[in-house]
Amino acid sequence: MLGGRARGPRARGRPLSGEPLLEVRNLTKRFPVGGGLFGGAPGVVRAVDGVSFSIARGETLGLVGESGCGKTTTGRCILQLERPTSGSVLFEGRDLTTLDETALRDVRRRIQVIFQDPYSSLNPRMTIGAIVGEPLAVHRIVPEAAARARRVRDLLSRVGLLPQHARRYPHELSGGQRQRVGIARALAMEPALVICDEPVSALDVSIQAQIINLLEDLQAEFGLTYLFIAHDLAVVRHISDRVAVMYLGRIVEITDRKALYDDPLHPYTKALLAAVPIPDPEIEAGRPRIVLGGEVPSPLNPPPGCVFHPRCPIAVDRCRRVIPDLREVKPGHWAACLLA
Amino acid sequence: MLLEVEHLSTEFATRGGVVRAVDDVSWDVKEGETVALVGESGCGKSVTALSIMRLVAAPAGRITAGRVLFKGRDLLALSEEEMRRVRGREIAMIFQEPMTSLNPVLTIGRQMTEGAEIHLGLAPPASRDRAIELLAMVGIPDPGRRLRQYPHQFSGGMRQRMMIAMALACRPALILADEPTTALDVTIQAQILELMKDLSRRFGVAMVVITHNLGVVARYADRVNVMYAGKVVERGTARKLYRNPRHPYTLGLLRSVPRLDEPRRERLAPIEGQPPDLTRLPAGCAFTPRCAWRVTRCPVDRPALAPVGDGEHLSACWEAVHVGREREAVR
Ligand SMILES: Nc1ncnc2c1ncn2[C@@H]1O[C@H](COP(=O)(O)OP(=O)(O)O)[C@@H](O)[C@H]1O
Ligand SMILES: Nc1ncnc2c1ncn2[C@@H]1O[C@H](COP(=O)(O)OP(=O)(O)O)[C@@H](O)[C@H]1O
Ligand code: SF4
Ligand SMILES: [Mg+2]
Ligand SMILES: [Mg+2]
Repeated sequence: MLGGRARGPRARGRPLSGEPLLEVRNLTKRFPVGGGLFGGAPGVVRAVDGVSFSIARGETLGLVGESGCGKTTTGRCILQLERPTSGSVLFEGRDLTTLDETALRDVRRRIQVIFQDPYSSLNPRMTIGAIVGEPLAVHRIVPEAAARARRVRDLLSRVGLLPQHARRYPHELSGGQRQRVGIARALAMEPALVICDEPVSALDVSIQAQIINLLEDLQAEFGLTYLFIAHDLAVVRHISDRVAVMYLGRIVEITDRKALYDDPLHPYTKALLAAVPIPDPEIEAGRPRIVLGGEVPSPLNPPPGCVFHPRCPIAVDRCRRVIPDLREVKPGHWAACLLA
Repeated sequence: MLLEVEHLSTEFATRGGVVRAVDDVSWDVKEGETVALVGESGCGKSVTALSIMRLVAAPAGRITAGRVLFKGRDLLALSEEEMRRVRGREIAMIFQEPMTSLNPVLTIGRQMTEGAEIHLGLAPPASRDRAIELLAMVGIPDPGRRLRQYPHQFSGGMRQRMMIAMALACRPALILADEPTTALDVTIQAQILELMKDLSRRFGVAMVVITHNLGVVARYADRVNVMYAGKVVERGTARKLYRNPRHPYTLGLLRSVPRLDEPRRERLAPIEGQPPDLTRLPAGCAFTPRCAWRVTRCPVDRPALAPVGDGEHLSACWEAVHVGREREAVR
């Protein structure tokens, strides 16, 4: 299964079966905070507030938004690493929120995570070979030692590492190589869904491109489904089939890639796109700057009405009172804005 | 010329050997202009800035050669006492993470007035007024109240605004900004960049912006130095350098990033391989192992930074002429 070496550009138009692999419905996660040792009034952080989306098999859904908007918490709630306050997470037909830890063990094999900082998720005292081989042993995927060593070599080679890397330790590798180890370890479990949480954010641009290409190759080869969490809008556009934009715990816009980037409907999406500097001084010189004023409000005390209204350049009086639903404004194109 | 860095070399003694973090680097800054140092992590950008400020951590770190002429005076030849007067007063520095250069247990007011009192000799009421004026200037709402707060009560964007205010406090001629917006979200980054651009124009402050973000450079810089493995490998005006990169590394960087203003590409074009180990640099061009343009002399013969086309555009590459042509052919 792991024979294939690096291949050419992936064939477009991956077959997407209609039925979703993952369906998140009305997911809400609140964290009680404060009132403890460091004081502060007790309150509730609304980290994720009524989020719904689905991902078809073989598809990549991009999840973008500024830091603190709830992307990581959404991923952790899918895995049940955080138990959602309410809502359901349907994966391969089962609602994960109803499963106990024993039942979740098997599910967690099928859903793997790739983190931003592979260093903190790799045991510094284990060799790369042991790190990739351990889950194969623990989950009895490849119980026999010699076969397991072969599989580890195959996996390392598939992610672009050399057999001798198996004997090295995480600190002896570069950031890009460590991310490859994280990917090999996830791949070892033969997952259906991979949650990529800012997998390239900590990497240099030339290395980012290497890792993105690798993720795309692996998706084509193993039919993987990705939830790709990132804050870089250009990277998300490159890798995603569909994109969801989050702001303060909510999805404010969700649609397919082309519609989102060519015809954004939510003023926040528009502002985000306008804020990204383009690597071309001639374009930058002539570009109107819609710089969004203010800062993201605290999720401890979100604004009433539309949570974006304090920063929104087109807000009207109604926006301060009415919470906009995520509406299908155009076919397949959903936005949570009263004026969209 | 406001600042002239000449043949600067800085090394670190480490267990793995001598790291040549900055290796015979020369560049300059004119009055009021914005110059970028761009390159990937570990290429020597921060060490260059720290060397200019003479803040390289001794004894492991050592400036081994070169001159840093600021308004004609060699900073490397000043006494520590004279250098202290240059820092903050004539050259200010802004870091990626302001928390590391702020004192967590002092109010913002204390930290802002201290510099003005020491460097400008202002009395406390005047320095307080000055601090309020500066905070208002960088767009911090309610500055009077903010002065009584502590750094942790500020958001990342507000802390960076404050750093800019503190940098401007003594009306320096030059600000070195090391990854000033890297830790910020894109909408806050845009705000901070606009602010810096506006203030540097208004006060005629020259800026050195250190970043790995090619978009930030394009939005912001007049001239650009691209660094790789401790050396400047390409220099030019931002427009020329982006329009027609003449070093394979610059070209590779620009090709590897996905762009929102262009149609989506089927596949990204990374630079293969990794940056070299700075303790084991090859005799020739350090980019050779990753370079698609390399010729036989590249691994053994080191190319100097030399003019390509006109005198304003320089590249340290044996094949610089072809690199430009190749790109035009592709376009
Ligand atoms: N364990 C926790 N306790 C309290 N607040 C939390 C916890 N985890 C996350 N949060 C808060 O929830 C919000 C969303 O966080 P997160 O999901 O990490 O955002 P993102 O990944 O988009 O940056 C933030 O305000 C964060 O501070
Ligand atoms: N205190 C130090 N001791 C040893 N090596 C150092 C030290 N500071 C920097 N270096 C090395 O010098 C090189 C350049 O570092 P730096 O200037 O920080 O890079 P960047 O371009 O990312 O700012 C790197 O290889 C780094 O590991
Ligand atoms: S000198 Fe040679 S190896 Fe170096 S960048 Fe130019 S062509 Fe490539
Ligand atoms: Mg996160
Ligand atoms: Mg640095």
